[in-house]
Amino acid sequence: MYTLTNLTKTYQQGTRTVHALKNVDLHIGAGQHVAIQGPTGGGKSTLLQMLGGLDRPTSGSIAIGGEDISKMPDGTLAKIRAKEIGFVFQNFNLIPTLTAQENVETALEPLGIPGELRAKRATQALASVGLADRAGHLPSELSGGQQQRVAIARALVKEPDVLLADEPTGALDEETRDEILDILEGLWRDRGLTLIVVTHDSAVARRAERRLHIKAGTVTER
Amino acid sequence: MFFTYLRRELAGRRRQTAIIAIGMALAIALVIIVNSVASGVKAAQASVLESVYGVGTDITVSQTPTPPEEGEGGGGPRFEFDADAGTTTDGTTELSQSRLMAGFGASTFDAGALDTVLGVDNVAAASATLSLTNTTFNGEMPQFRQDGGSTEQSGPTTDQQAAPPQGGPDGAGGSAFDVDSFSVLGLDPSADAIGPLSAVSLAEGRTLDADDSGANVAVLDADYATGAELAVGDTIDIGGTDFEVVGTVTSNAADSASASNVYIPLDVAQTLSGEEGMISNIFVQAASSTDISQVQADIEAALPDATVSTQEDLASSVSGSLSTASDLVSNLGLWLSLAVLVAAFLIAILFTISGVTRRTREFGTLKAIGWANRRIVGQVAGESLVTGLIGGAVGIAIGLIGILVINLVAPTLSGSASSGGFDLAGGGPGGGAAGGDASGATATRSFGGPMGQTAAATTEVVLNAPITVSVIAIAVGISILGGLLAGAIGGWRASRLRPAEALRSVG
Repeated sequence: MYTLTNLTKTYQQGTRTVHALKNVDLHIGAGQHVAIQGPTGGGKSTLLQMLGGLDRPTSGSIAIGGEDISKMPDGTLAKIRAKEIGFVFQNFNLIPTLTAQENVETALEPLGIPGELRAKRATQALASVGLADRAGHLPSELSGGQQQRVAIARALVKEPDVLLADEPTGALDEETRDEILDILEGLWRDRGLTLIVVTHDSAVARRAERRLHIKAGTVTER
Repeated sequence: MFFTYLRRELAGRRRQTAIIAIGMALAIALVIIVNSVASGVKAAQASVLESVYGVGTDITVSQTPTPPEEGEGGGGPRFEFDADAGTTTDGTTELSQSRLMAGFGASTFDAGALDTVLGVDNVAAASATLSLTNTTFNGEMPQFRQDGGSTEQSGPTTDQQAAPPQGGPDGAGGSAFDVDSFSVLGLDPSADAIGPLSAVSLAEGRTLDADDSGANVAVLDADYATGAELAVGDTIDIGGTDFEVVGTVTSNAADSASASNVYIPLDVAQTLSGEEGMISNIFVQAASSTDISQVQADIEAALPDATVSTQEDLASSVSGSLSTASDLVSNLGLWLSLAVLVAAFLIAILFTISGVTRRTREFGTLKAIGWANRRIVGQVAGESLVTGLIGGAVGIAIGLIGILVINLVAPTLSGSASSGGFDLAGGGPGGGAAGGDASGATATRSFGGPMGQTAAATTEVVLNAPITVSVIAIAVGISILGGLLAGAIGGWRASRLRPAEALRSVG
């Protein structure tokens, strides 16, 4: 699925150069459930953004299905993100003025799916995460766990090949955390997608079939 | 999705939407009101000018009076009587003399200028007039004698004291004089489409026509005729010649350049006044309104000594509260509305940028899930545009209410038009005041004191602020422009957000 070759990412913070990723070589196979762990500032979110085509490496390459995305135009990258990659964020990142149903539909908007079919698929996605009865609610009317379930529905409604989750349980209590992980793992199993979860929580990482550790921009297998 | 998202955003961020919309609404309302009042003031000025210069006149040609050279006579008419003048009854000699001459301060120029003007390209019509003043001297004097004695006495006597004067209006050697003057306008009787005759309405009899050239016929201003106890069929003494009164007219014009007590054929006026081949004004009509500037320039080139004025130039001659209103609208109103407009645009832009900044995570998320940049820019621009249109709609409503209030209050403005190089003829005691009506304007003319005083032309106009399609179009245009401008800048800002940075900055 993913092949990262000599991937390096540096940031400029004032006069200081931050090496977020240093010469990373990594292969992630299709359908794998991978957990990326590491201390804060170690480069795990940067790696996830590289995998999601949200950022470009300073050097090296990153290929999805054999296609190097590191030098792709923004528009093409946006299309790949729209079609193949689902995102789940720590803070849910729902649009506050849209209902749960409409938030899920935003993922189908760039695919040009007509309104009626969009609504139908969004309803099904919400039902699959147990929120069929909350479709008309605004995010502010939902609990944290419910909001993250809406975010998962939004990520899955387009049936992506990859699901990238950045601290998906970081803002949730333990009970809800397990619920969310159950949902994610269930979807991974049922749909055969590649699930990559960034977490600092070992309990979450332990549930993955492959665990990577990243520290000071260097990735190691655990 | 676009409209759902747009609607939810505008409804969900009511305060921001309301502030931007209110700012735009106030600016647009102000622009509408200022624009409308400006149109009203312009119409009022046109109304005043129409009352002064007549209908259909685009350009006027006159000549600035020059002071008389040393040795030349100036001022009013001079009456000279020889020893045998007048008729004597009971020791009282009655003298009477009527003189027709160019009005005080008037400047005449060669009538050939009319042909020159007619030869200019895009001149549709032109008509010349000669502004004159007829002054009549009437006096009663005692019959003085050089010998100081009675008629019965013969031969001079040096030792005998002269007898006290006798006769005269008081029977004791006193004298009495009166001077009466009225304005006379010589005009081409066949030119009724432009010039003074275009601004009159017939009250009685007939107006002058082409057959009247060379004839001693006169048309009187109806009010003057009433004051002078003259009617159609009577005769009037002009410059010592009897003229038949063939009609009376009510003039809409308020200035002596185009309004007069008496109208006579131009050729007769020239002959009687000794101004053969001379005229004082030319009224010009251009072929189309777009030609006016060119025609003005061409006439100025052809007649370098002449004063060539367009209606626009003449508008500057309107004074009074109308002028104040005009200045207010064109200066304060214009700048105020521009300032508010700029402020509203800035508010809209700043709030939109601030909104985009606040929504960094939102736009970063949308980019992360595959929304194209142009889709996000379109969303931001769409929201701004609709906000602008809401502001526009509210602004139009406020503006229309404002205009309605102005029209209900209907402030009255008075405008005085100075003649700007036009000849001024005066009227004597016989001159009257006349009311005219032009486009809701009430004109009051007063032909001032004797011997050619300046004619004051004050017109009172009720300010009517019109609601025109163009005003509404301007308002809609401004609201679209404001919305698009704010949207474009906000969208540009949103488009520059890189998804990773957008998500990182709020993570």
